Amino acid sequence: MRTTIFVPGDAAALALGADAVATAISEEAARRGIAIKLVRNGSRGMVWLEPLVEVATPRGRIAYGPVAPAEVPGLFAAGFLTGGVHALCLGPTEEIPWLARQQRLVCRRVGVVDPRSLADYVARGGGEGLRRARAMAPAEIVRAVTESGLRGRGGAAFPAGIKWQTVRATAAPQKYVVCNADEGDSGTFSDRMLMEGDPYCLLEGMAIAGLAVGAAQGYIYVRSEYPHAVAALEAALAGAGDFLGNFTIEVRVGAGSYVCGEETALLESIEGKRGIVRAKPPLPAVAGLFGQPTLINNLITFASVPDILAQGAAAYRDLGCGRSRGTLPFQLAGNIKHGGLVEVPFGLSLRELLYDFGGGSRSGRPLRAVQVGGPLGAYLPEAQFDTLLDYEAFAAIGAGLGHGGIVAFDDTVDLAGQARYAMKFCAIESCGKCTPCRIGSTRGVEVIDRIRAGDGRQIALLEELCETMTQGSLCAMGSMTPIPVLSALRHFAEDFGGKCE
Amino acid sequence: MESSAIVAHIIEQHRVRPGALLPMLHAMQDALGCIPPEAVPPIAQALNLSRAEVHGVISYYAHFRQTPPGRHVVRVCCAEACQAVGGEALAEHARERLAGSGITLEPVYCLGLCACGPSVQVDETTLHARVTLEKLDALIAALESAS
Ligand SMILES: Cc1cc2nc3c(=O)[nH]c(=O)nc-3n(C[C@H](O)[C@H](O)[C@H](O)COP(=O)(O)O)c2cc1C
Ligand code: SF4
Ligand code: FES
Repeated sequence: MRTTIFVPGDAAALALGADAVATAISEEAARRGIAIKLVRNGSRGMVWLEPLVEVATPRGRIAYGPVAPAEVPGLFAAGFLTGGVHALCLGPTEEIPWLARQQRLVCRRVGVVDPRSLADYVARGGGEGLRRARAMAPAEIVRAVTESGLRGRGGAAFPAGIKWQTVRATAAPQKYVVCNADEGDSGTFSDRMLMEGDPYCLLEGMAIAGLAVGAAQGYIYVRSEYPHAVAALEAALAGAGDFLGNFTIEVRVGAGSYVCGEETALLESIEGKRGIVRAKPPLPAVAGLFGQPTLINNLITFASVPDILAQGAAAYRDLGCGRSRGTLPFQLAGNIKHGGLVEVPFGLSLRELLYDFGGGSRSGRPLRAVQVGGPLGAYLPEAQFDTLLDYEAFAAIGAGLGHGGIVAFDDTVDLAGQARYAMKFCAIESCGKCTPCRIGSTRGVEVIDRIRAGDGRQIALLEELCETMTQGSLCAMGSMTPIPVLSALRHFAEDFGGKCE
Repeated sequence: MESSAIVAHIIEQHRVRPGALLPMLHAMQDALGCIPPEAVPPIAQALNLSRAEVHGVISYYAHFRQTPPGRHVVRVCCAEACQAVGGEALAEHARERLAGSGITLEPVYCLGLCACGPSVQVDETTLHARVTLEKLDALIAALESAS
């Protein structure tokens, strides 16, 4: 019998040399006259161990990593095809503590399933949610989503069920389901990992949404920075057969604009226009893509739904804390030793994530600051590391969880420099519609430069400018850029050298 | 195929799709390396838009270029998670190293490789993680000797 070997085709694994490892394994097997089956799975999310090679054995999958091509002959010699002992052997994958301590729901198959095989997806429980949804009335599907407590995972954490109900209740001959896979936040990669590692889960979630709201056409808007994810989705769609019934999905590729992750700018972009934010109302749920009622959700929101229908809303709602129900795939990034994908129920502390999972900084120096929730998220000092990972607990300290990206910095970070970058990023990416965002951000860069040059009087000006941006911007790009800026100023005043009033 | 024939072919392929402009522009840039100025009038005509509108879309998006790039395109991630592990120094080094090299350097704001930064993308699809200054030099040297 051929042994199955898994070498991730995930972009992070590729960036760390997985293709060369796959080639080395195929060649070494051929040289030894051994027939193997090579599967390019997604990543298990233990990025520091990539390329992580797994071998299917009667004891389950055995992991080896990080594997370099030069180690491949040695692995064969050590009998890794039967799970043999080797310095790189990590034991059964599922028992690696970092993974075993997680509770994976939405990402349960990422890194496990063959992303190119619908049959494998179904063999691992995929398709059950859609099968159930087909036997339910649309209102019942919406009720299940509402009862699960699922909130949008794109950043604003709006209850998914309410949005689904609005689209369902708006009568129109044509409606759309749009998946926001723009994932522009630095420090986030869960959308990418799911597209590359378990694309059928997303397709299933969107098809269920189509049944619930009465739409037969879906779009997935993926950022152009993710060509591997685009290819994985195209391959999955090509192999979908009649899995989606009469629901059709088209992939649309962005073009390097952060603000196109904002839902109305995204719709403009699909329509073939510049990605400029629309004024609301009307809500996309009422008049969205091509003027029709449109359900737009983040990718993780959609991908959470198959499991909610298959396991029941209660099973999902029973996890989490406070009003944050279920799990969130957190992403540990930046200067962190054990970075990657950590899916756990809401309610752990940030400190547990940073140290128990992350193992502290990659550099070995003390962690000094953490930015949570992307470029519009707050910089948190050590003193706030005990904050619970829950939407309300973060809101209470003027921060947000956003899409679950956590970027760690060691004590070499200069927070005045990070604040400057936040303003600069806003200036680069502003869609240009509002003056406080477009002009204010450029002024912000200048003011911070003067503060860093020693002019402490400019701090009051910076605070005023932030107030104007917060109040006078149409979308979160302009209104939330002050969050990283002011949190840096508040918690790391010593980095703004001029603070000497 | 002549560049004008490629343009005409791509326009025919995409013109009937709803929201055809971005897919069309992507296909052109993939085929020609950029969106040449002479492509704008036929695109505008096919989609019933003004030339100014088409031009406005091309120039709005950072991904689209109107002139051909160098022999290779190197994108260095300049976003926060890469900054946390030396991304700025890497970008600065790349600027110095690639000046006058005939290789195009572009900033990119996150490649989704934030747990193994700093990250670099070469020619759209080749990815590199934990890129040190030395690794970048080797990578550039390989690009230069290959072309
Ligand atoms: C500047 C800006 C960028 C955004 N980028 C994204 C993004 O990349 N992905 C995403 O899902 N939501 C993004 N959002 C949030 C979306 O506007 C929207 O709230 C989301 O798609 C709704 O889906 P959800 O309810 O499932 O979260 C962004 C918002 C703003 C203001
Ligand atoms: S806040 Fe900025 S990005 Fe948002 S609509 Fe206004 S100008 Fe555009
Ligand atoms: S911040 Fe550089 S890859 Fe995400």
